[in-house]
Amino acid sequence: MLRTLLNLKQAGVVGINRRNADYILRYNERSLYPLVDDKLRTKRLAIAAGIAVPELYGVIEIEHDIGNLPDIVSGHKDFVVKPAHGSGGNGIYVIIGRINDRYQHNNGSLLTEEDLEYHISNILSGMYSLGGQPDQALIEYRVKFDPLFESISYRGVPDIRTVVFRGIPVASMVRLPTRMSDGKANLHQGAVGAGIDLATGHTTNAVWQNHPVEQHPDTGANIRGFKIPHWDKLLTLASQCYELVGLGYLGVDVVLDRELGPLVLELNARPGLSIQIANGIGMQKRLDYIDQLTEIPVSAQERASLAQDLYLRI
Amino acid sequence: MRQLHLLLLVIVLCAIGLGLATYKVTTLGLPLTASEKAEVWNVEARIIFRAKPDTSVKVSLPLLFNPSGYTILDEDFVAANYGLAIEQDDSGRTALWAKRRAEGKQLLFYRAIIYEDAEKTTDSGKPPVYPSIPDYPENFRPIIQGLLDKARQQSADTVSFAQQVIKQLNATSPAPELKLLLEHINNSRNLAKGIHWILAGARIPTRIIQGLRLEDGRRYSELESWIQVHNGKQWRTLNIKDGQEGLPSNFIIWQIGDQKAFSVEGGNEIGLQFSVAKTLRELVDIAESRAVLKGSHLMEFSLYSLPVQSQNVYKILLMVPLGAFVVVLMRNLIGIKTFGTFMPVLIALALRETELAWGLLLFCLIVGLGLLLRAYVDRLKLLLIPRLASVLTMVVLLMTSISVIMHKLGLEMGLSVALFPMVIMTMTIERMSLTWDEAGPAEAFKQGAGSLLVATIGYLVMNIHALQHLIFVFPELLLVVLAAMLLFGRYSGYRLTELWRFRALAKR
Repeated sequence: MLRTLLNLKQAGVVGINRRNADYILRYNERSLYPLVDDKLRTKRLAIAAGIAVPELYGVIEIEHDIGNLPDIVSGHKDFVVKPAHGSGGNGIYVIIGRINDRYQHNNGSLLTEEDLEYHISNILSGMYSLGGQPDQALIEYRVKFDPLFESISYRGVPDIRTVVFRGIPVASMVRLPTRMSDGKANLHQGAVGAGIDLATGHTTNAVWQNHPVEQHPDTGANIRGFKIPHWDKLLTLASQCYELVGLGYLGVDVVLDRELGPLVLELNARPGLSIQIANGIGMQKRLDYIDQLTEIPVSAQERASLAQDLYLRI
Repeated sequence: MRQLHLLLLVIVLCAIGLGLATYKVTTLGLPLTASEKAEVWNVEARIIFRAKPDTSVKVSLPLLFNPSGYTILDEDFVAANYGLAIEQDDSGRTALWAKRRAEGKQLLFYRAIIYEDAEKTTDSGKPPVYPSIPDYPENFRPIIQGLLDKARQQSADTVSFAQQVIKQLNATSPAPELKLLLEHINNSRNLAKGIHWILAGARIPTRIIQGLRLEDGRRYSELESWIQVHNGKQWRTLNIKDGQEGLPSNFIIWQIGDQKAFSVEGGNEIGLQFSVAKTLRELVDIAESRAVLKGSHLMEFSLYSLPVQSQNVYKILLMVPLGAFVVVLMRNLIGIKTFGTFMPVLIALALRETELAWGLLLFCLIVGLGLLLRAYVDRLKLLLIPRLASVLTMVVLLMTSISVIMHKLGLEMGLSVALFPMVIMTMTIERMSLTWDEAGPAEAFKQGAGSLLVATIGYLVMNIHALQHLIFVFPELLLVVLAAMLLFGRYSGYRLTELWRFRALAKR
């Protein structure tokens, strides 16, 4: 056990206590949390700053407005319903189409109007928000993910999580939904996480349920060596989010849309640490290096290339 | 900078906590472990007499006055319808009982509870004045002179001089010339007074002390007298029977000097009896009483000053921080997941009342049944708050029926189920079913088991009696617990479970 501990230290693995004490508590001001915890505010900020996000179709804020749902989605065949204050991908319903009067859930089930309204009602009453606070339901554009990912994801949108420290990307991973994760892209729910070479945008090794894997568990396709399209643009986009909300230690979730390119899906003030397992390397050394920088480049582009430079050096 | 600040704060908190506790242990004598008892002595003076009709009654009794080596923890005066006044001056204290009319047999009590201190103070006082030679009756003058002359020849200093006098007066076959003098002394039934009177003839300062030997079950019809001789530096105590120096170790001085005496006016058939009994008393009580006597205000603000009912509440409440500290360790050092941060502490508190095995069983039973009912309610598609309220109602109904059914079955432990915090149970059911839906039953059971494990450890820690006593008597030790919590607030090392989580990274 002691050897494991020393090895982990050696590998520069950041634990939850260190993340909370040294990064989140020091660099993330509490007053800024609502900017990322409320996805509606994040979205409005991003739109104002010219950062690409999935289009917002409508917001349902009170129980009475649930009746407006058919109007909001009338022009759209497919859409996503998500709680504004949700976390961990909970409470997100992805509707991929309609059959007669039913909504087609991406997990294969068919939902009636009533089912969907009950779900929205649950969202409003705070079922998915931290502390059960009353919430809002966002109805937005469903990302049509790049066909590139088709072979390595199962029902759902793979997203790319980047941890950004003081505006400089530190590590990235692509999260691939599996049958087990029910289309969600969270590692603890069973998604596959694949580390990304920041310099080139190629996937490196992958983990599933804390075990290293080479193939996607459902599709059987090879995960390693996958080139993420628009990589440099995506990394710059992630860097930009630092100015957007001002959080020093930030998780940026980006999805790649077939037509629109990288879109910022959501931001996270307490990004998880599984990204280290996916990349097979600890973040400590890079975080320490950035922590000691006296000057951080002003432009997001420069920060992104600094990140690529750091990836090769440290 | 921040680290230094924290470190200083921790050191200050530890210093205050441990310092106060040390002071209470060393100076006030508070016991570190529970149920430490010490011997205390119950000394009682019982006055009995028959009141003379149609006269007022006045009783005066010398009382214990700052006995050297002992502390009076408590005093009681028992007398029916007597007015009581206590007079105090340099030479001692006297209780004065008075009653205008009394009839028949009268009974008065004075009782003191005394505790033997470690320290025996030696009474230096100011040197006494040399007494003038008493005006002895004509026929005694030569006899006393002869006695003193003989003693002077056989002695070296004041003390041995006095010892010689005592020996001659107590000789089994006294010299024939002393016979008259001895008769005179025996008539007054007070040998000590006689010695005092004779030694004054040599201008030797003496005084009489009276007291008791503390032996369990002893009864005295009067106080034992000793004579003290001042040798120019200090008072030396001599036995009036054989002249041996030194008081027995269990002797307590009741009064010094004979200015004050027991007297009863307006009564006859007077009797005075002293009795001594040994009892055990909680060291905490003794320390409390002594602190008051020593003028320390610390104990006035101790938890012992509260009514017993509230004391019992605080006995439990003071353990809650320890339970919280267990949660800190379990979550931040070990990394066990629980439902809610302090839910395990509340469950642990409930376990105190129900006993561990029964408590865990009942908890699982209620949460299990609650989950089933919650699953049913879920199908009705209710709004959050009404749903929570209905689950709460079901939890209350469940608790009630479990109590009744188990009572019918003769299992009295079922009654204690009412002590579970039902709102906490409801929230546990709600969160567990949400976790079940979102992360699967495995995660729900993992967190449920984690909660119960932490609750059990919390219960075991909070139930250590030695610890309960320690925290209750020394609540300032919670500052040390606080300091430890603050330190853990900056702990940035790995959690034990993370060694497992990141094990793949450790292999490289």
